[in-house]
Amino acid sequence: MPKKRGKKRSWGRVFLIALAAIYVVSLVFVPLTTLVAGAFSNGVAAFFRSLFHPDALHAMRITLWMVVWAVFLNSVFGTVTAWVLVRDVFPGKKVLSALIDVPFAVSPVIAGFVLIELFGKGGLLRSITDALGIQVAFAIPGMVLATVFVSLPFVVREVMPVLAEIGVEQEQAAFTLGASPLTAFWRVTLPSIKWGLTYGVTLTAARAIGEFGAVLVVSGGVAGRTETATSFVYRALEDRNDVGAYSMALVLSIASVALLLAMEKLKHRRTGDAYTTQTDVSATSPTMALGAPQKVEP
Amino acid sequence: MRARVQSAIVNGRLNARPRPKLFSGRRPPWGRYGLRATAIIYLGLFIAVPIAVIARRGFAGGARELAHALMHPVAQSALLLTLECAAIMAVINATMGTLIAYVLVRYRFPGRNILNLLIDLPFSIPTLVAGLMIVVLFGPAAPLGRAFSSAGIEVLYAPPAIVLALLFVTLPIVVRAVEPVLAEVDVAEEEAAQTLGASDVYTFRKVILPAIFPAIVTGTLLGFARALGELGSIIVVGGNLPRKSLVASVYIFGEVESGNNERASAMSLVLVAISFFLLLVAAAYEKKMQAKHA
Repeated sequence: MPKKRGKKRSWGRVFLIALAAIYVVSLVFVPLTTLVAGAFSNGVAAFFRSLFHPDALHAMRITLWMVVWAVFLNSVFGTVTAWVLVRDVFPGKKVLSALIDVPFAVSPVIAGFVLIELFGKGGLLRSITDALGIQVAFAIPGMVLATVFVSLPFVVREVMPVLAEIGVEQEQAAFTLGASPLTAFWRVTLPSIKWGLTYGVTLTAARAIGEFGAVLVVSGGVAGRTETATSFVYRALEDRNDVGAYSMALVLSIASVALLLAMEKLKHRRTGDAYTTQTDVSATSPTMALGAPQKVEP
Repeated sequence: MRARVQSAIVNGRLNARPRPKLFSGRRPPWGRYGLRATAIIYLGLFIAVPIAVIARRGFAGGARELAHALMHPVAQSALLLTLECAAIMAVINATMGTLIAYVLVRYRFPGRNILNLLIDLPFSIPTLVAGLMIVVLFGPAAPLGRAFSSAGIEVLYAPPAIVLALLFVTLPIVVRAVEPVLAEVDVAEEEAAQTLGASDVYTFRKVILPAIFPAIVTGTLLGFARALGELGSIIVVGGNLPRKSLVASVYIFGEVESGNNERASAMSLVLVAISFFLLLVAAAYEKKMQAKHA
């Protein structure tokens, strides 16, 4: 009897594993390989030729800029915000904390649309930007704003639990020893949140590379001017330039796989130091995609 | 004092009393005010303003105009299709996500790490690229596309492709929500049930499912909310034919492009309202379950 049981269970086990593997492989891996095949369908030369097209190069440069801006702004302001939300006490803090997850709940198209409403023709803030002589909509500043918006929650959500975890004792020790707030942050706080911050930055970068809807709506996607890599793929598809679309898509996929591998590494690094198994769980939480409200307060 | 500070840290945040003196001295903590103001301005500028704009614009013409914009047949069918596709996706996702999480937590097998990595891939791959992959796979030139079209099944530029794209995009959400909770369930409880003669299915239903059910629900709700706003992959695979394969987000995109800001904002308002509602339900449910356990 026990023998029979064991055998039955092991078949169930094989069945479940096979089902999971087939589902994931056919949903994720097979499409990825067909993309590789598509990019090289006209040969390696065609692949590189379409990537070195001036519009393609320009689109990649724009995407890189978006990543740099989003990472810079969100890591500076995201860290400040995380610090304020964890350490500071003031009325309205709960509301502020709830606002952070909003970009996950708002469709990127809507985010782009809002920027057009604000800075487009007859927009609410148009008179201000006109007076300053800045063009926001259909230009780089608007695209940066869109990218910052969609990737805003990552750094805050990754740094907050770490800050809560490390507590204030070390910072206070630094103050007791006469350190200025800036020195204390630089020498005590920053080293402890380093990996959490880096993880948040990686997520921000991945999101910034992949952003499409918000940026396309606000930029109009003018080739050679305001076109990002993802918009390039979209336009190439519309223009029946299949190899161009596949090649750029492959480059984007390679970049995202590289970032994913970096995340995997960081996850272990992050769990390596101050992390307990329980917070380790947050590393693989759905926050990455959606920002399931991570409970800093139990 | 120290004990109190420590208990405050254990609680995960600092309580109002004792107030942390992060900036020593008696002068007003200008540095702290500065940081506080920075955080408020940052979030206010980037988040509160957009929400205000959507709300203001959506109601600008009054409730009647809003209703009028939404009663338009194209808008209506777009919203309906979005909800349908997201619902189908959510059911499949809840089932397969739970299964994958179970396999990942309970079994050790060759290739497990690769499986684990593949699941996270949709997080980092641009959704537009995900859509493109589906186009290549089911396109008229691909063997799979030919097989389906000769069988008379329309996949590409039709709702099935939309569901497929959504499944790809939201794959990790349920898995990653259920996984940590499942890992906490003691294997001993399962074994005890089986020792007492329970079948595998019965054990799963009576021991494991109650423990992971809240996680499945929240994961599914989050995935659903995510699906409502998805644009990149759907715009490529959907074909975007009004009343056939046009979803809400693509509808908004089209209306903005053609300058119909009233219609775009009406639909935006509805989508944002639904997503917010779902996130609130998910958060409230999680809180309730936590209170129940505590």
